[in-house]
Amino acid sequence: MNGFPSSAELDALRLSLEVAVRSVAFSLPLAVLAAWVLTRVRFPGRLLLDAFVHLPIVLPPVAVGYVLLLLFGARGPVGAWLRTHFGIELAFTTAGAALATAVMTFPLMVRAVRLSLENVDRGLEEAARTLGAAPVDRFVSITLPLMLPGILAGAVTAFAAGLGEFGAVITFASNVPGVTRTLPLALYTAMQSPVGDALALRLALLSFALGLLGLIASEMLVRRVRRYLGR
Amino acid sequence: MTHLLQVSVIKRRPAFLLDASFSAPLPGVIALFGRSGSGKTTLVNLIAGLLAPDEGEIRLGEEVLTDTRRGIAVAVERRRIGYVFQDTRLFPHLTVEGNLRYGEKRAARAPPVIGFEEALALLGLEALLARRPRQLSGGERQRVALGRALLARPRLLLLDEPLASLDDARREEVLPYLVALRDRLSIPMVYVSHDFDEVLRLATHLVLLAGGRVLADGPVDEMSLSRELQSIVGPELVGAVVEGLVTRLNTAEGSAQLAVGTGTLQVSLRDVPVGASVRLHLLARDVILATQPVQGLSVRNALASTVIALSDDDFGAVLVRLDVGGAVVLARITQGARRALGLQPGDAVWTLVKAVSTRGHAFRIVPGS
Repeated sequence: MNGFPSSAELDALRLSLEVAVRSVAFSLPLAVLAAWVLTRVRFPGRLLLDAFVHLPIVLPPVAVGYVLLLLFGARGPVGAWLRTHFGIELAFTTAGAALATAVMTFPLMVRAVRLSLENVDRGLEEAARTLGAAPVDRFVSITLPLMLPGILAGAVTAFAAGLGEFGAVITFASNVPGVTRTLPLALYTAMQSPVGDALALRLALLSFALGLLGLIASEMLVRRVRRYLGR
Repeated sequence: MTHLLQVSVIKRRPAFLLDASFSAPLPGVIALFGRSGSGKTTLVNLIAGLLAPDEGEIRLGEEVLTDTRRGIAVAVERRRIGYVFQDTRLFPHLTVEGNLRYGEKRAARAPPVIGFEEALALLGLEALLARRPRQLSGGERQRVALGRALLARPRLLLLDEPLASLDDARREEVLPYLVALRDRLSIPMVYVSHDFDEVLRLATHLVLLAGGRVLADGPVDEMSLSRELQSIVGPELVGAVVEGLVTRLNTAEGSAQLAVGTGTLQVSLRDVPVGASVRLHLLARDVILATQPVQGLSVRNALASTVIALSDDDFGAVLVRLDVGGAVVLARITQGARRALGLQPGDAVWTLVKAVSTRGHAFRIVPGS
């Protein structure tokens, strides 16, 4: 257990990456949809939806985890339905940890995507219309590519943040070694153990390194895509 | 085959009301001419379908594009009306070729206006295909935008001040391409401009706009005599537009002889073959009148003519309308000159036109129009 990296760290790292990847994959399309609705569609409940999307920022993560447990738990309305119809279990599973992470990082992603959408020149979409492009075609061929920097930035930032999501994950998915014990949960567990100081330090350093790497990668990616888009 | 573009629309904006009607024959180049804020761009956006009128209808030939009473509003993407924007609106994430192909791919079933290779040659785009829009000059961008619109196989091409954002040199670079489009493809165009020189060189039909209303519309030569145009361009640019046929060339001198009406006119003109149609703008301020034959003057043209009418222009001078061998020409003279010559309608006068004062207004018009 003294070698670096030990299997506990590897497990935690692997799980964190898996959870972050799955959460981003799940929430990205929804974030694009939410950003589009919030930016382009005028409807009465827009302010409410906007607030709802941003709610995880201001709520205690534990509260979010608890609400998820009520909804998606084995006896929750959505959880029970998913279990009977699709055999999907969310509470206390890796998928559940990914869901909790997705909910927590959703506002971050929507924010970045929305900003990029607001920067898309509507004039270009009009030009595409006059060239015969119908709405979906227009979105795919013009709007989406021009939003790419924001989408990538949102995805990478959400991924980096997702690696470290703690409160909602531990509440909703618990702290099961190899299943839901991601980096921060492993760090927390190590800190609780009388002999875990060294492990805790290594996990903390790993988290630092990952976070830094994620943010730098995000910035580099955005720059490259901007260049590609001719800005 | 000729058909009509018929527009009759009302569009209310917080501080602006567009209430415009006109009907113009196609193919040809319809110029929407007026100062900025006169409603030109709004009108073009209504024709394109990017804006919906509060009331009214728009017809292209037999097809109704918009009719508020019958609830008809053909979607922009199904109108097949090309639009060249003032700011080009090239797609920054696509190459020049990607931009050119964008509309072409989406109009596969429509009859082509021009082939891809032909468009490249006509607009001089061969060397630019792999470039990105940001790597192009202003003139190049505008040419790509033209090509992109043409390759989308439009039935009508809208051009919203495509030269306004270019400097004079670039403007001269792009204008010949527009002339070539008009003369070689019979693609109908609506050309928005506030520059009368562009109108002179391109338009066949002129719609005069001011304050959201159509003041007058008609063929360019007819409109050049109208008071409405004079109110827009001001006294300095008032002048008859006449059309003539090149009958003789003097290449060494850079001059040409034109048949105008039943008379002939010496003008400074280059690069025009014998037999070509030429449009001249004879500025009224440059036209001199004499009641007797004159000698010892450098003026190259002294044409026997008849005074049709005299009217005060709105700037303190007198506009004399003259019949010069069947063509109508305007002369702008002072009140004093009018009194001194004692001019009356029906008087026979000599109309003097300097050959060089017509330079720059040569115009090759569509054969047969």
